Amino acid sequence: MEVVYTATQEPPIVFMKGIVKRFPGVIANDHVDFEVKAGEIHALLGENGAGKTTLMYILYGIYQADEGQIYIKGEPVEIKSPRDAIRHGIGMVHQHFKLVYRHTVAENVALGFARSFINPIEEVRRKILEFSERYGLKVNPDARIWELSAGEQQRVEIIKALYGGAEVLILDEPTSVLTPSETRELFKTLKEMKAENKAIIFITHKLDEVFEVSDRVTVLRKGKVVSTLKTSETNKRELARLMVGREVLFRLERKPVETGEVLLKVENLTVLNDRGLPAVKGVSFTIRAGEILGIAGVAGNGQRELVEAITGLRKVESGRIICMGKDVTNCSPRVIAMLGMAHIPEERIRLGIAPGMSVAENLILKSYHAKPFSGMLMLNWGVIRETAEKLVKEYDIMTPSINTPAKLLSGGNIQRLILARELSGGARVIVAAHPTYGLDVGATEYIRKLLLKQRERGCGILLVSEDLEEVLNLSDRIAVMFEGEFMGIVKPEEASIEEIGLMMAGTMRLDAERHTKRGDL
Amino acid sequence: MRIRLEKREYESKLLSVGVSFLMLFLALLAVAIIFWAYGVNPAVAYGKIFRGAFGSLYGFSETIVKAIPLLLCGIGLTLAFKALIWNIGAEGQLLIGAVAATGIALNLAAPSYVILPLMFAAGFVAGAAWSLLPAILKAKLNVNEVITTLMLNYIALKLVEYLVYGPWRGPEEWGFPYTSKFPPEARLPRIPGTRIHYPTLIIGVIAVVATYILLNKTKIGYEIRVVGENIDAARYAGINYLKTVLLVMVVSGGLAGIAGVGEVAGIQHRLRMGISPGYGYTAIIVAWLGGLNPWVTLASSILLGGLLVGGDIIQTSLGLPVAAIDIFNGIILIFIIAGEILKRYKIRIVR
Repeated sequence: MEVVYTATQEPPIVFMKGIVKRFPGVIANDHVDFEVKAGEIHALLGENGAGKTTLMYILYGIYQADEGQIYIKGEPVEIKSPRDAIRHGIGMVHQHFKLVYRHTVAENVALGFARSFINPIEEVRRKILEFSERYGLKVNPDARIWELSAGEQQRVEIIKALYGGAEVLILDEPTSVLTPSETRELFKTLKEMKAENKAIIFITHKLDEVFEVSDRVTVLRKGKVVSTLKTSETNKRELARLMVGREVLFRLERKPVETGEVLLKVENLTVLNDRGLPAVKGVSFTIRAGEILGIAGVAGNGQRELVEAITGLRKVESGRIICMGKDVTNCSPRVIAMLGMAHIPEERIRLGIAPGMSVAENLILKSYHAKPFSGMLMLNWGVIRETAEKLVKEYDIMTPSINTPAKLLSGGNIQRLILARELSGGARVIVAAHPTYGLDVGATEYIRKLLLKQRERGCGILLVSEDLEEVLNLSDRIAVMFEGEFMGIVKPEEASIEEIGLMMAGTMRLDAERHTKRGDL
Repeated sequence: MRIRLEKREYESKLLSVGVSFLMLFLALLAVAIIFWAYGVNPAVAYGKIFRGAFGSLYGFSETIVKAIPLLLCGIGLTLAFKALIWNIGAEGQLLIGAVAATGIALNLAAPSYVILPLMFAAGFVAGAAWSLLPAILKAKLNVNEVITTLMLNYIALKLVEYLVYGPWRGPEEWGFPYTSKFPPEARLPRIPGTRIHYPTLIIGVIAVVATYILLNKTKIGYEIRVVGENIDAARYAGINYLKTVLLVMVVSGGLAGIAGVGEVAGIQHRLRMGISPGYGYTAIIVAWLGGLNPWVTLASSILLGGLLVGGDIIQTSLGLPVAAIDIFNGIILIFIIAGEILKRYKIRIVR
């Protein structure tokens, strides 16, 4: 993409040329050329680890490129820090928001931008309201951040960028925390901004979003630009192939399976969150052998507390949990695990592994205390190593050796390690929380297939996921969770995405009649 | 040109030990500046320290004498630190161990094969008990153990002071704040010609081997390491946190208590103030310098034992103040802790 801009041609607002960024052992960006024009929404598409965020961190001054040059409006510039980037009119909304939770919206915006030394809040508040009006960014400047939903917090981040005078706005996977309706509102805002000749860079790995909102799309794979295309001139299949490097199956085959006995029964479960407020409010459901119950919903509606209560990590306030005919309410995690419940935890690094310990040691995290891995007192290293070698091969865990510390593995391989550990013990009930979150398309496909295989084997699976596509694809029944309650249990083939979206937002609840008709409560 | 830190791909054990000893070397350089500022030729001072601690058989035997309590405390701390329990209370646990042994030595007449094991046992139990309160508070209520263990050091110190000035003051000691001398049966045998009370040394070496096996070969050791690596993962794996914390603290305190027994029964033959020149604190450096590896801890206890001996020598021969050795230790610890970053990051100079 060697471009020479003549006097008659307006240079793009951002042009990154030949960007190279090396990290120990990997080239995150390998001679990347990337340009964005004013008045366009440009999607940056790629799998996890393709180098999207790295490239944008370079543009935003968080990283410095090892090679290459950035041009803003045709002028070569050096961006050494986010401060430089802001001065050049670049703003970024990070995937994880950078807000002070106890402060108000106006205070957060004022932080770092206010020009006047003495009480700038009035001016800031006026500006916030102005932006709200202009771009449909509804937010109360006096609300405290912790009172806001994820969508509203994201709006604050966008306002912050606009306040800094951004003409180029980078959004890093902005929809990952939003409900479908919030996503629609965000897209509307982005289009308003585009109409005002702002440039928007939209990082994503979701193909549908590319088509919904972008004018052009640049596909990155393994640090290299594969292609830059006009969105109107491409299709989903082509983009998927460019992104992954091979054909991808969008629909996994879910074979009909005869459901068996009830493996997990939850009755009227109430669980408190860390602040002592009810997070799960009287939830009931059953899962039979050979069945996947998906739980859809925006994060923070009680899913985490539900999973922790079922797996024994959180105290049950009232109600009962019956696993394979045994009452396991408030039993210890070990008792429940020994009974045959596998748990694929939500935050795999925080909960799922001991990062400094070896792959082999992590593979026995749940079973180290039992035969054949240990005796009365001593660990049986021979068996442990043998098992580890076998599991690494069977689950295709990419690791230099079984003695490598688990933290050196990639996210996808850490998840494979956890799956290997949890599924190899012959569990009959599997509680999987966000099993593919943050993983690339290849690893995602592998893990979903594995879950379907367990279903065919006669396991009962509770699948909690924010990825609606995943829930719809894998589940036999879907429960939508909102503010600690089930808004309804539906069959995927009977429910529309809109319906589920409305339930996720809490605006629709299936009545009891339909409840009993559709879900076998 | 700028200096940048980049995350390392691997953190090897060899590197970790190497960095510790590099930082020790840099610390010695920093101390050299202090010597020089004090008007002492650093080369002369270090020469005296080295020759004093390692240059003669007698000097080396004194180094071992100091290494014994450092080793016992240091091994215990290694265990606690592995579980990410910051026991700063080895000093107090040592003193309480000494008090317990003294109580037995002064009140029980029995042959040495009865009384000595009893004294060791009492020392272990007392040290363990002294660490129990912080352990329970930590595991049950999440009370910061750095503060509780540290504060208990002062309580132990004051208890010793009360005993030697009060009820335990020996009637034949001319009013000095000493207890009576222990009967010969309650004194530990020494290697002839030295002050090395070898039974304590043997216990220390056994502790090294036992800790190594415990950490690497047993279920309990596995649990300790998981707790230290990731407490949430430990809960997820069904590991009993309370049990693990109690265990490491009891063993940690118990070993420090045994060190205290060694000091009163092997060196002083009585309880008095100042039986420990801060062994419990220096042991923190021993454990850290040892990279929480029992075998390396054995080496680092001898090294720091040597520094203590050398410190005594330069105090007397070069007229340095008593505080010099504390400054010495403090600088070493600061350097070693600062070196932690080098284990995880490498320095790169960019244009």
